[in-house]
Amino acid sequence: MSFSLKLGAVLAGLLGLAVILFTFERPPVETVQTGFRGVALGNIANPRLQPALAAANQLPPMIPRVPSVGPRAGQAYRNVQVLGELGVAEFARTMAAMTAWVSPEQGCNYCHNPANMASDEIYTKVVARRMLQMVARINAEWKPHVLETGVTCYTCHRGNPVPLNVWSENTGPMRGEGFSASSNGQNLASPVVGDSSLPYDPFSRYLDQAVNIRVQTPDPLPAGNSQGIKDAEFTYGLMMHFSQALGVNCTTCHNSRAFSAWDQSAPQRTNAWHGIRMVRDINHNFIDPLQPLWAANPNGPPGGPQRARLGPHEDPLKVNCTTCHQGVNKPLNGVSMLRDYPELGRITNIDAPPPIRQ
Amino acid sequence: MAMLSFERKYRVRGGTLIGGDLFDFWVGPFYVGFFGVTTIFCTLVGTLMIFYGAAIGGTWNPWTINIAPPDLKYGLGLAPLKDGGIWQIVTVCALGAFVSWALRQAEIARKLGMGYHIPVAYSMAIFAYFTLVVIRPVLMGAWGHGFPYGILSHLDWVSNTGYQYLHFHYNPAHMLAVTFFFTTTLALSLHGALVLSAINPAPGTDVKTAEHENTFFRDTIGYSIGTLGIHRLGLFLALSAGFWSAVCIVISGPFWTHGWPQWWSWWLNLPIWS
Repeated sequence: MSFSLKLGAVLAGLLGLAVILFTFERPPVETVQTGFRGVALGNIANPRLQPALAAANQLPPMIPRVPSVGPRAGQAYRNVQVLGELGVAEFARTMAAMTAWVSPEQGCNYCHNPANMASDEIYTKVVARRMLQMVARINAEWKPHVLETGVTCYTCHRGNPVPLNVWSENTGPMRGEGFSASSNGQNLASPVVGDSSLPYDPFSRYLDQAVNIRVQTPDPLPAGNSQGIKDAEFTYGLMMHFSQALGVNCTTCHNSRAFSAWDQSAPQRTNAWHGIRMVRDINHNFIDPLQPLWAANPNGPPGGPQRARLGPHEDPLKVNCTTCHQGVNKPLNGVSMLRDYPELGRITNIDAPPPIRQ
Repeated sequence: MAMLSFERKYRVRGGTLIGGDLFDFWVGPFYVGFFGVTTIFCTLVGTLMIFYGAAIGGTWNPWTINIAPPDLKYGLGLAPLKDGGIWQIVTVCALGAFVSWALRQAEIARKLGMGYHIPVAYSMAIFAYFTLVVIRPVLMGAWGHGFPYGILSHLDWVSNTGYQYLHFHYNPAHMLAVTFFFTTTLALSLHGALVLSAINPAPGTDVKTAEHENTFFRDTIGYSIGTLGIHRLGLFLALSAGFWSAVCIVISGPFWTHGWPQWWSWWLNLPIWS
């Protein structure tokens, strides 16, 4: 054997050893059983990663509560369209909270013209108003998903004017057309589907368009099922996203012997089903209608972070599971922030068509 | 039971691993030996425990009989008999029977002056089972991570365990194991077809020899591994399949808790292209 061969073998061996030693985790692991014994339903977690995850999902300091007294904000100020029912102290508290949650560095002027606070001239103020209506809608209509925990601006924003975990339509890299092969929107390792090669934009299909997941058929010898492997792969991609967003695995919701069977699924699957409809409602009725505002200000307001407000296909940056969940199965570790900010629950002017639950 | 004319020649005393001459005899064509006795004992007790579990399990449908391991809350301790204890006893009996059988194979090999290829090869299957029901549960801290004994229930376990890591086809050891399994069947089919072709010549012609066999594969793929080599290769492929199967399950959980596609992030993030 020549020297260079030996050297190559040693280097390859060292590389292999490094991969084995440094890419895996180690025992002990934490396991939770959620099904009958021996069926392998349940979660598996590395306890050494949990503290950092929990620390990354803590609530911000609470702004002290104020009594609901004094004149109403709608009477005291001009152009208060959705928070008019609040007392002026509550109104000021809500404004301070929103600033802390959404634009802590930019301050009030991220949305307001300091010379005329009532003016809608900075477009972010219009966006913020719509987002308040969205929060009210989620807390009022989507309790099957958010329960009594509810959401606030912070659930998504976490101190960022544009939430960090958003998506826009992704048609993939440019390719030849015509008779050249198509990769059908997949076959690239993509972080949105857990680094797998599953379709890298399952969101347009399921969270923007209202395509329902109907891959499995309950019938033996299914002749009428037009769903194909690609439908299964898009579904799988969306489910990979769910798992990544929540830090859970497939068996959290499903008994994989029959993915589609509701009577064999965990209750969490019902919650997730409503979650899909909730995200569609958010994207259709609250995010998409604001597209013209972002199109007019594609890099945000003058005072804000210079960051694209639209995707490469001119569609707005939309919501998926990670937007709120950020790696934990209950956003912000399941602590209700809404309880500390009841003002957000008193918005009644939601101005959106009724939610679709089918 | 009649004995074949040459069989007496192979009935050699001695070579036992334990117990000397005790049990060193044959019943009909079957060698008994100390480990034959322990095999029978463990098999009987284990099978009767399975029947007991089936009797109290609510069904005699062979597809749905289920001897399930304990709940995770029992950890690595003993579980109540009807709450996983039967599974624990069956597991001990199964391992006792399998290991006894391997040692009996070793004793027979010693009597015949053979190598230990057969017990070594069979031990790989025992090792895979041992990994599933002992090594991995111990590393994960509960016997409840073992798989249930039942035709459908063990399939449910396999499926759910795979989906606990989101996409099991990205498990690197699973890739190797699957590849070795398929290659085993490919090699066996090529070998079987070759032998059948060589010993079933056209009417009126002679049975072909190894030279014909070698020539066939040299003409087809440019290389023939040979009559002895194919069996070495087959053994290597089959044992590798079992070995990497054991590895692929023992790393799932104890050494990786996320989706398997994510494990490959080290590859995606190599400084060569990232």
